[in-house]
Amino acid sequence: MDARLKSALTKSARAMSNSLPVLAGVVLLVGLTHTLIPKFFYFSKNAVLDSIIGSGLGSVLAGNPLTSYVLGGELVKQGVSLVTVTSFLVAWVTVGLVQLPAEVIMLGRRFAILRNISSFAFSIIVAIITVFILGLL
Amino acid sequence: MKKTEKSYAGWYFLLTVAILYVIIGLFKIEVILPALKFSLKIVRNILPVFLVIFALMVAFNLFISPYAVRKYLGKSSGSRRWLIAVGGGIISTGPIYMWYPMLKELRKEGVQYGFVATFLYNRAIKPPLIPMMIAYFGWKYTVVLAVVMATISVIQGIIFEKIEGGGFL
Repeated sequence: MDARLKSALTKSARAMSNSLPVLAGVVLLVGLTHTLIPKFFYFSKNAVLDSIIGSGLGSVLAGNPLTSYVLGGELVKQGVSLVTVTSFLVAWVTVGLVQLPAEVIMLGRRFAILRNISSFAFSIIVAIITVFILGLL
Repeated sequence: MKKTEKSYAGWYFLLTVAILYVIIGLFKIEVILPALKFSLKIVRNILPVFLVIFALMVAFNLFISPYAVRKYLGKSSGSRRWLIAVGGGIISTGPIYMWYPMLKELRKEGVQYGFVATFLYNRAIKPPLIPMMIAYFGWKYTVVLAVVMATISVIQGIIFEKIEGGGFL
């Protein structure tokens, strides 16, 4: 087998397998939440407040975006608003509190902090604009 | 060492969830089976998408590396550089810490923070993972979100350029 293809296969398999335990945990947790917690319990009905909560959760949690898609998709099925889930998905990948120390070291403290704060704010804006446009389509 | 810690963190999380199941099962055994059945239903839904994602990941890892992306970054000016920052962020694969050294090097070569911010924001749009997003949210949502994010990333980049120009960074 071509060495490059072998390396690409290994890298992809490693990336997938690294995300599997978290993904399995999230799927099991969703199953448990779905069975235990009534639907009305998830978030409030205030879109702005919900998107702030969504962005907050997405900023703290880290990992493969794949996990956030599964979690977000299941939350939508449970009745959580699309604005909340969108802000959660966007913050998951654009705000990196876990990676912040590394970003500070490599790219500078002011830049890293400012980028994460602005990404948090933008995750709310992106969510509101996306859902607004979808409403027009 | 970091890689090992990271992979263990995932297993610890799974173990915590398993312990949670055991604890809840001790008090409310009747919820465990429906919870597991619901989880299995999710797994059945996402399994075929996983195969597509794997194939796309292999393709991306085969043709795109930090070295290949670096050749195109930081070389152009005007509005074209925003397109390159957006495109570079989208096609960049692997964990973010792999890309910090490259971005640091680009900074040394005079690339502005705005470009770096736009690049990092677009890492959120991952073509190999798009099938999963479409499976859960539909193609319309996926396209709109990607376009809005790419647009916002350029706005964020321009803001950072202004801030840097003002001497704050």
